[in-house]
Amino acid sequence: MEFQIIWFVLWGILWAAYFMTDGFDLGVGILYNLLGKDDNEKRAIIHSIGPVWDGNEVWLITAGGATFAAFPRTYALMFSYLYTALLLLLFALIIRGVSFEFRGKVDNADWKASWDKAIGVTGFLLALLFGVAFGNIFKGLPMDAAGYHGTFFSLLNPYGLLTGALFLLLFAMHGALYCSVKTTGDLCSRAEALAGKLWAPLLVVAVAFLVYSKIDTTLLDNYFSMPALLVIPLVAVGSLLAVKLFMVKKAWYKAFAASCATVLFITFTGVAGLFPNLIPSSLDPVWSLTIYNSSSSQYTLKIMTVVAFIFVPIVIAYKIWVYRIFRARVTEDDVLKKSEAY
Amino acid sequence: MDIVTLSRLQFAMTAGFHFIFVPLTLGLSLLVAWMETLYVRTGDELYLRMTKFWGKLFLINFVIGVVTGITLEFQFGMNWAEYSKYVGDIFGVPLAIEATVAFFLESVFIGVWIFGWDRVSKKVHCLSIWIVAIAGSLSALWILIANGWMQHPVGYVIRNGRAEMVDFWAVLTNSYGWLKFGHTVVAGYVVGAFFVLGISAYHILRKQHVAFFKRSFKMAAPFALASAVLVVVIGDFHGAEAGRVQPAKLAAMEALWDTQKAVPFYMILIPDTKNERNAVEALGIPKMVSFLAYKDWDAEVKGLKEFPKKDRPPVMEVFVSFRTMVGLGFLFIGLSLVAWYLARKDRLESYPLFLRVMLYSIPLPYIAAQLGWIVAEMGRQPWIVYGVMRTSDGVSKNLEPSQVIASLIGFGILYSFLGILDIYLLAKFARKGPEETGTVY
Repeated sequence: MEFQIIWFVLWGILWAAYFMTDGFDLGVGILYNLLGKDDNEKRAIIHSIGPVWDGNEVWLITAGGATFAAFPRTYALMFSYLYTALLLLLFALIIRGVSFEFRGKVDNADWKASWDKAIGVTGFLLALLFGVAFGNIFKGLPMDAAGYHGTFFSLLNPYGLLTGALFLLLFAMHGALYCSVKTTGDLCSRAEALAGKLWAPLLVVAVAFLVYSKIDTTLLDNYFSMPALLVIPLVAVGSLLAVKLFMVKKAWYKAFAASCATVLFITFTGVAGLFPNLIPSSLDPVWSLTIYNSSSSQYTLKIMTVVAFIFVPIVIAYKIWVYRIFRARVTEDDVLKKSEAY
Repeated sequence: MDIVTLSRLQFAMTAGFHFIFVPLTLGLSLLVAWMETLYVRTGDELYLRMTKFWGKLFLINFVIGVVTGITLEFQFGMNWAEYSKYVGDIFGVPLAIEATVAFFLESVFIGVWIFGWDRVSKKVHCLSIWIVAIAGSLSALWILIANGWMQHPVGYVIRNGRAEMVDFWAVLTNSYGWLKFGHTVVAGYVVGAFFVLGISAYHILRKQHVAFFKRSFKMAAPFALASAVLVVVIGDFHGAEAGRVQPAKLAAMEALWDTQKAVPFYMILIPDTKNERNAVEALGIPKMVSFLAYKDWDAEVKGLKEFPKKDRPPVMEVFVSFRTMVGLGFLFIGLSLVAWYLARKDRLESYPLFLRVMLYSIPLPYIAAQLGWIVAEMGRQPWIVYGVMRTSDGVSKNLEPSQVIASLIGFGILYSFLGILDIYLLAKFARKGPEETGTVY
């Protein structure tokens, strides 16, 4: 197989891994102020993602680094064209990261309330921004030889916003389900109820996204020209339906697993629809950034392939080990005992 | 101001700010790992309390280092798109490897360390801080291999309108990157050691938690001494390497205008950049610059006039930064020598003035580290990749000055806020001192 194709697949896997793992961290952040009714519950929520959120975020850094190394032209143009959106994303990532660490460091209600707001707002903003960014990538950016003809506000088009809403609801439900398997008591029941409520709106938005994609974008063209690929969106839809089924049966671990599959396969659906583009041009396909016209040399791709094939499995192995160590639910007792102050 | 100046300013600010947190992470992680190792080995509760106290300060600093690092990876594409397109085939590789090989390790195991006190065995817990410490240095290695390539590009050809890698091994073993790595990481150890010495001195002065802080001081002192000596030794090799591959940088560091043999080192020197000469040159050590740069007393050193004006780095900034950094480097050896001696003889309390000096010395290694980066990066100008691509050619083409002004202001506000929080929280927990008992959280 060509190295460009290997790296396209890896690129998709890295983004999918990021959305699947940090997706629930962000979702937990979005719902944090709704779910946590008092300080102990809020601390329990932070504890539930505390050991893992930092490691999850590295998938984003790796996806960014891999884009740089494997498709430098796409990296350069994507990041400079989406300057303002990425700036907001960065600010939100920075504030969110310190919020978890700093919230418990001063015993003062106003201090904590400010960080609580920050956790909620940044979770919301990040989910929305990732959705808007990917919506616009799916749809294509108005770019040609002269460069980019859009602005930050032109990213906020209906399709971009719809994808933003899709990511928001998806991550929110995913986060609620994570919370439902990681906490106890009232907090846990509240998370279960909220996950149940979020499912129907998510389904509606997901269907709208597919319909709109067919009307307004070329994202689904690959599926019509190569029907075997349809298995990807079908698994995505099937997983989303399975989430509901498991929720009705109160099988929360299975519901969360199905939700993981939903996030993975929604991402794969989008990425496979792009192939062989990384970012299509909405003006003329001639100007699209493809895996062929924006890739690194074969030599570099070969080296990166060796690195990825050795180290990504190792990363996954120790990450699974860490998830196993922290598999127990976070109890109120855990939180009270820990003066480590989160 | 134009996009190039604004983008340079933004990069300097965000990279400089990031590098306030990185060196302490590098140095303190190692000390905390050593403290916990001693706890696991001896079972002495004091070491556990030390691990927790210094660990708490470590974590406050660590998180800002992590989040401000993301900015840098994004910024190459955001502000330096032409650069990223031109060299991504080479430069992207170490960055991607850093994330995969080092940053994952660091970020995953810091979670185990923070939350795993009662979830994993003592040994595994201790191992996790060692992994964090080693991964931090590994991270630095890959980043500095990337920077080393900008300083001294190797293993590439210009093909298809860009720089393409042809020899990964050459990029990987670029001595410029490795010397920079050694110099930078050990500088981080000096920052970490002086941080522990300074805060310990504060408490010993006030006669609180004396046993605790004397033990901390005693641990940090030899580490400070060894690191301070090593940073100068490696720095000497690094400077010589810079002179060999970047003669214009060396000439700026020494404010040497004319090419000469057996160049003396003037203790007092004031450059007059307008007239391309030095206004004052006094107290010369004969042949010293030649010796330092080439290990040959009579070696010829190229002067700045050898290079067209458009190829020279800004002389004053590079010269002053270099001088100050070197001066501080020798000061650190002196201070840590005294610290080590007094700690060994257990006579710290008899020298309150020295303790006070150590307290106020905490910022100095930070300043030296920042100055080092000014020498490295301004000294490379006007090149973004030395001899291959000019900084002004590397900037993104589609940006408007207003966008970069807005982002610069945004970063200014956000980073000032983070800086204030960091200092506030570090000071708060440093003053508070350790918890009385080493309860398992």
